[in-house]
Amino acid sequence: MPHIYCTGCGNGTVINCTLNAVNQMGWEPEDTVFISGIGCSSRAPGYIVTDSLHTTHGRAIPFATGVKLSRPDLHVVVFTGDGDMAAIGGNHFIHACRRNIDLTVVCMNNYIYGMTGGQGSPCTPLGAISTTTPYGCHEAPFDLASLAVAAGANYVSRWTSYHVKELTRAVQAGLETPGFSLVEALVQCPTGYGRRNKLRDAHSMILWMRDHAVLMKKWKQMEAEGRPLPADKFPVGEFVRRNRPAMGVPEE
Amino acid sequence: MTRLEFWQGNTACAEGALAAGCRFFGGYPITPSTEVAEHMARRLPKVGGVFVQMEDELASIASVIGASWTGKRSMTATSGPGFSLMMENLGYAIMTETPCVVVNVQRGGPSTGQPTRASQGDMMQCRFGSHGDIAVIAVSPGSVQEMYELTAKAFNLSDRYRVPTFVMTDEIIAHMRERIEVPDAVEIVERRPLEKGALPFAAGEDGVPGFPTFGQGYGVHVTGLTHDERGYPSSTDPEVHDRLVRRLVGKVEGARREMADYEVTNPDAEVVFVSYGSPGRSVKQAVRDMDDERVGSLRLRVVWPFPDFALQEFTNARVFLVPELNLGQIAREVASHTAVPVVPVPELGGELHTPARLAKTAEEYL
Repeated sequence: MPHIYCTGCGNGTVINCTLNAVNQMGWEPEDTVFISGIGCSSRAPGYIVTDSLHTTHGRAIPFATGVKLSRPDLHVVVFTGDGDMAAIGGNHFIHACRRNIDLTVVCMNNYIYGMTGGQGSPCTPLGAISTTTPYGCHEAPFDLASLAVAAGANYVSRWTSYHVKELTRAVQAGLETPGFSLVEALVQCPTGYGRRNKLRDAHSMILWMRDHAVLMKKWKQMEAEGRPLPADKFPVGEFVRRNRPAMGVPEE
Repeated sequence: MTRLEFWQGNTACAEGALAAGCRFFGGYPITPSTEVAEHMARRLPKVGGVFVQMEDELASIASVIGASWTGKRSMTATSGPGFSLMMENLGYAIMTETPCVVVNVQRGGPSTGQPTRASQGDMMQCRFGSHGDIAVIAVSPGSVQEMYELTAKAFNLSDRYRVPTFVMTDEIIAHMRERIEVPDAVEIVERRPLEKGALPFAAGEDGVPGFPTFGQGYGVHVTGLTHDERGYPSSTDPEVHDRLVRRLVGKVEGARREMADYEVTNPDAEVVFVSYGSPGRSVKQAVRDMDDERVGSLRLRVVWPFPDFALQEFTNARVFLVPELNLGQIAREVASHTAVPVVPVPELGGELHTPARLAKTAEEYL
């Protein structure tokens, strides 16, 4: 199938995991809607044969809110990226978490604006090189999963494109949980990010993610023991699963 | 049967929308439009509809567009600053041919300007505010009665032509209270569904494709990128873009006569007022006070697409006087369609032209 993704891109893996999770749910294509904003991640609905909205930059979640509130019986899944959701769409993101609207948002975080050629995003790590941070990023990045927890989402987890099985299970858990679910999927972008940051090919970026991901249980243990949390590592796993009052949940 | 009410313009607007079958409102508070949202918040849940207060105007119009794809008649209401914020997503609605109604209760601008005073300063923004080549529909009510009727009509026009339709009103009409005859029912022209098996963005002669409502098995992909008749992106082929944009503009501009809705007084007049919205009230009074067949009036209820042919009804016209609550936005449009001299009669600051001032202006040209 012709597509826009570069060689070695991790987005295809995340789309695959998401579609496998949707399959596991047994949803009918006519009852499922995919909605996205703008960016590499957001081209995903164009490759899926269901009703889908490829919207404007950052606004996928409010479009999805309109669909879900007027047809709560439809299953609504949002594809977005770190630039789309955390920068221009940041306000919509936190308010959707607060409303706890029954959407599952899969955010492909590649640390960069890929579509436009590798500019720094709100998730670019400190010190990382991008076309707009040529001397190294000096802004601290957002922790999207923690942000979603603080803002009120019912289900939040983070995995990477290395953790295929875990990621698929996490998306499924998100789909099953009434209310707002965020699955943050860290993905390799060898073209826009890796090649400027000594991770030239997909393989080395995937290995980097594997080696820098710390399982949630171990991360919490380190926190509890007061051990220093390594700055270049990040926790993966389930951040929260709870039952706050939600909006747009279909009546049984 | 009708019933009599004494309603505020904004109430009539919301009730007109409900009568037309509006069942989704996504909004954000802004003076002087807020009463529309407040009324919808009370009423929509009681008729099986959805009201949601979004985090800003960008989200409001986004939610309205999303809801429209599920087949619901959807609307929002705002004023100048919020209208500006909606421009990008309105372009998306134009590109994706999403029916939706946006009420703009105009107030004095630029910027925060005069939140509580009337203006007609957004007439060109509604026509040209979103980027790219576009065409839209705008109605402009001149009374509380017309707030009801034209809001209901806006839904029919939006569904018929699959283009955002604007109720371009102003603080005066929106906040004044007037007697209104509320009909038992209003005419409803639903959007035409897409025939099963047809390409979702292939249009017939009228340039308007059938609507593939979400959740009915169409499997339609909707994108703001330049797309082919299947709905899939094709953003580098000049022919595809040319064909799409000409159709989007042509389906609206080509239906000027079909959509035209205006009122003519004294068609043999030499001095002719052209107005829309609240200044039309002052014109009516001025023409009545002058009681001179040489003074006439053209009042537009549909402003966009502009009914250029209406000007030709005044075969003896020597001058068109265009009183507006702006520095001459529609006057410029009038001038582009006639060889007869056009004189803007601007009023800024929030007050309506007095009939006496308009009569005095008309006398200068008699």
